[in-house]
Amino acid sequence: MEHIIKNGIVYDPLNEVNGEQMDICIKDGKIVDSVSEDANVTDASGQIIMPGGVDPHTHIAGAKVNVGRMIRPEDSKKDAESLAGIKRAGSGFSVPSTFMTGYRYAKMGYTTAMEAAMPPLLARHTHEEFVDTPIIDHAAYPLFGNNWFVMDYLKEGDLDKCAAYVSWLLKSTKGYTIKIVNPAGTEAWAWGGNVHGINDPAPYFDVTGADIIKGLAEVNEMLGLPHPIHLHCNDLGHPGNYETTLASFDIPKGIKVNPKHGSREAVLYATHVQFHSYGGTNWRDFVSEAPKIADYVNKNDHIVIDVGQVTLDETTTMTADGPMEYDLHTLNGLKWANCDVELETGSGVVPFLYSPRAPVPSAQWGVGLELFLLVNDPGKICLTTDSPNAGPFTRYPRVMAWLMSNRYRTDMIENKIHKWAQRKTSIATLDREYSLYEIAQISRSTPAKVLGLSDTKGHLGVGADADISIFNFNPETQDPSADYMAVEEALSNASYVFKDGEIVVKDGAVVNIGIHGRTYWVNSLYDAELEKQVEAEVEKVFKQYYSVNFANYPVQDEYLPRSNPVNGVME
Amino acid sequence: MELVKNVVCPFCGTLCDDIICKVEDNEIVGTKNACRIGHSKFVHAEGAERYRKPLMRKSGELVEVSMDEAIDKAATILAESKRPLMYGWSCTECDAQAVGVELAEEARAVIDNTASVCHGPSVLALQDVGYPICTFGEVKNRADVVVYWGCNPMHAHPRHLSRNVFGRGFFRDRGRPDRTLIVVDPRKSDSSKLADIHLQLDFNKDYELLDAMRAVLLGHEILYDEVAGIPREKIYEVVDALKNAQFGILFFGMGITHSRGKHRNIDTAIMLVEDLNDSAKFTLIPMRGHYNVTGFNQVCTWESGYPYCVDFSTGTPRYNPGETGSNDLLQNKETDGMMVIASDPGAHFPQKALERMAEIPVIAIEPHRTPTTEMADVVIPPAIVGMETDGTAYRMEGVPIRMRKVVDSGLLPDREILKRILKKVKEIKAASK
Repeated sequence: MEHIIKNGIVYDPLNEVNGEQMDICIKDGKIVDSVSEDANVTDASGQIIMPGGVDPHTHIAGAKVNVGRMIRPEDSKKDAESLAGIKRAGSGFSVPSTFMTGYRYAKMGYTTAMEAAMPPLLARHTHEEFVDTPIIDHAAYPLFGNNWFVMDYLKEGDLDKCAAYVSWLLKSTKGYTIKIVNPAGTEAWAWGGNVHGINDPAPYFDVTGADIIKGLAEVNEMLGLPHPIHLHCNDLGHPGNYETTLASFDIPKGIKVNPKHGSREAVLYATHVQFHSYGGTNWRDFVSEAPKIADYVNKNDHIVIDVGQVTLDETTTMTADGPMEYDLHTLNGLKWANCDVELETGSGVVPFLYSPRAPVPSAQWGVGLELFLLVNDPGKICLTTDSPNAGPFTRYPRVMAWLMSNRYRTDMIENKIHKWAQRKTSIATLDREYSLYEIAQISRSTPAKVLGLSDTKGHLGVGADADISIFNFNPETQDPSADYMAVEEALSNASYVFKDGEIVVKDGAVVNIGIHGRTYWVNSLYDAELEKQVEAEVEKVFKQYYSVNFANYPVQDEYLPRSNPVNGVME
Repeated sequence: MELVKNVVCPFCGTLCDDIICKVEDNEIVGTKNACRIGHSKFVHAEGAERYRKPLMRKSGELVEVSMDEAIDKAATILAESKRPLMYGWSCTECDAQAVGVELAEEARAVIDNTASVCHGPSVLALQDVGYPICTFGEVKNRADVVVYWGCNPMHAHPRHLSRNVFGRGFFRDRGRPDRTLIVVDPRKSDSSKLADIHLQLDFNKDYELLDAMRAVLLGHEILYDEVAGIPREKIYEVVDALKNAQFGILFFGMGITHSRGKHRNIDTAIMLVEDLNDSAKFTLIPMRGHYNVTGFNQVCTWESGYPYCVDFSTGTPRYNPGETGSNDLLQNKETDGMMVIASDPGAHFPQKALERMAEIPVIAIEPHRTPTTEMADVVIPPAIVGMETDGTAYRMEGVPIRMRKVVDSGLLPDREILKRILKKVKEIKAASK
């Protein structure tokens, strides 16, 4: 099948195309140089063309996501959709059902989204939900930061064994990267405690957050993984946590970057940094320290961050940071779900209302935007809301509009939200406005590159997957700064979305499900002998301390309808 | 004789996955590691009459028919009913459940599972106040205080205690002696006999006892000599044990979900656990019955947004237990066509619901002769999951395990039967447009 998209205004940062009118040719799901005269023609005159969006950090599939749906029928009741033609029914505003998740990402021109927290023991659940999530390509990040084997190997100082174990677990769970959440803290939570800062050891295991970050960062490069370690720092959400954040950022500095696939330059990916940029000692004297965090990112090249922008909605928080969710529950008094997972991790879920009339959420809104506006290079920062933690992913177009329009922000600050946004942050003094090119960077090229997938994702050059979004907004006649509502509307409802070369969205509506999304996972073999030895050690521990049999642990191939391994080191 | 290892038991929510099946001539003739109930399921203990051919009721008798005829009839019942009900789902695997939800959407049906008459009150309670749980391994490795409330695992989940209480864990290397076992049950049971403390409370007084315990925990004194038949001093003693736990766990069953107070009991139990986290680490796990009752709630939630009692009559998922539950629809004589799969309401529903079932067309997708099939107009026997076909099941606390196929029955799996019905329903709906 051939397509040609004519006359669109193209933003393709990886190929340094900035608002040029050009044609895009598609054949057999890929972008090509030219097509025959029989190609289907799509006219995109006066419209924006960007690569399909790439979400590097979201929560869309798996155990805690489903608990978020299950404990909150009120969230489903206010946003339900009917069965319609090719579309399945579903519900959920902050945590949509799987089918709605696929449709809603596609509608905004997003074609890839990564589930950011997968407990290895529950990996099968995440993959089952992926099977029911249409259209989008995806991957899941297994949790390593409180894993007993990892902590034991690091305590012994045996990085080789740790690498062999990580390699085995990534394959067994069909996972994509090393995810670290509150290292040492979630293990402490298994006894009802937490750690404070990076130098506080986990009970019994006696390794600190700093040890875990450093060890796993080295393991990451020993394995040549496509993505750097994906770090959720300690002390999330606590006033004064910015010092922990900066100290954590510094740990992997100096480790040599070594991806076997892709072309990332970072050895650290720090996620939802908005929640980690707080000064002060309590919620009264709290201030934003986002400028210090942004300054660090500006001065260092080993790091890429995402923001976790607060969207000022009622939402559902969910994380593997078990102690933090319990704290949140004691703070807001709303219902609390928790799941501690043997030998591996924990999690929690609590609803949260980021009211624009309340002081703290308004300040958090400002902190996130400060990060966006103070980090100079959009090649170092990704757009996320840590969906649904700081707000649902369906608000990405609104966040983009805030970034492109100082007028929009000023209207928010002066008329809509609590004065703490001005008092506690510097957001009111920042008048930088993102260009459409920079928006394409933070939502397309930067995440694709740091994920190690920029050979086929996040750009529109020859050889890329034909994942393309087209928006009905004419940058030659319209100004996103002035006409911010129009740009938000256009970005919310793509006029066309191509996925693997097929039209899946037209005029803001899903018209075709296309083929199933790819499941990316990392295939590596660090040292075959050692991996066997480690596997035997793991099997022994399984017999005694796990509650499932070793043979029933790995995720079978049946759970990946479109498996797409990405190689790390292969000996 | 062949030994098949790491088989997952398709009986209870404990979902033991260490069963060894002895297979001879494509028959399971023995097991190792399984409990007596699991064993008898594997080897088809006496008394179970297995169907191998589709049946339809003609002139009052069930007679063998072709698969096509049975599928056509089942699809016609679903497509032509004004208010179809699709009930059961807890003894099959998740792919079948997923096709079921799609079929419910197409047929504009109400879909509901056995939780409706089981841990439904627990679902309502977790939607009220939350759901702090953990996986089994956490209990084995860490728990020093274990509470079973309103359940008798020695009979209903026979290996539950051996795996979670007697089992030796990492931080509890002596197993049972390292733990305080508390059983709360108005009866003396084989589980309560093993307990360090048996709180033999009065019938239907769970709420009172829970409330008193919460009050004590929050620093109040009990003004009566006893609450729910339990002496004041005993309550103080138990609360003391709970709040000094390093890692505590509350397992709870039908004895509390279905005694007076129902979901309010569970509300309070969950809040007790939440309160206990002020001083201890405490979690809970509902003692789910069928091996994959949890799986249906998971699948139905990720596909529709709601765990059970989902009404697709308008095309949009709607959830209102009390109105959209199976018994509501049957007892109010609202449903006019019912599909039963992977469960036996004929044996378990109240008389008034059964009276309605007898009046309306009933489809049973069921491997054995049961009270439900006696009422059915169409019976389609599937391969039994975990023995004759594979698929995913979720353990009671949500750990997903792949069920194995051990022998070949030549029968279609549930998911295949449902896909065929779905295709036919789509055809009928398209033709009537």
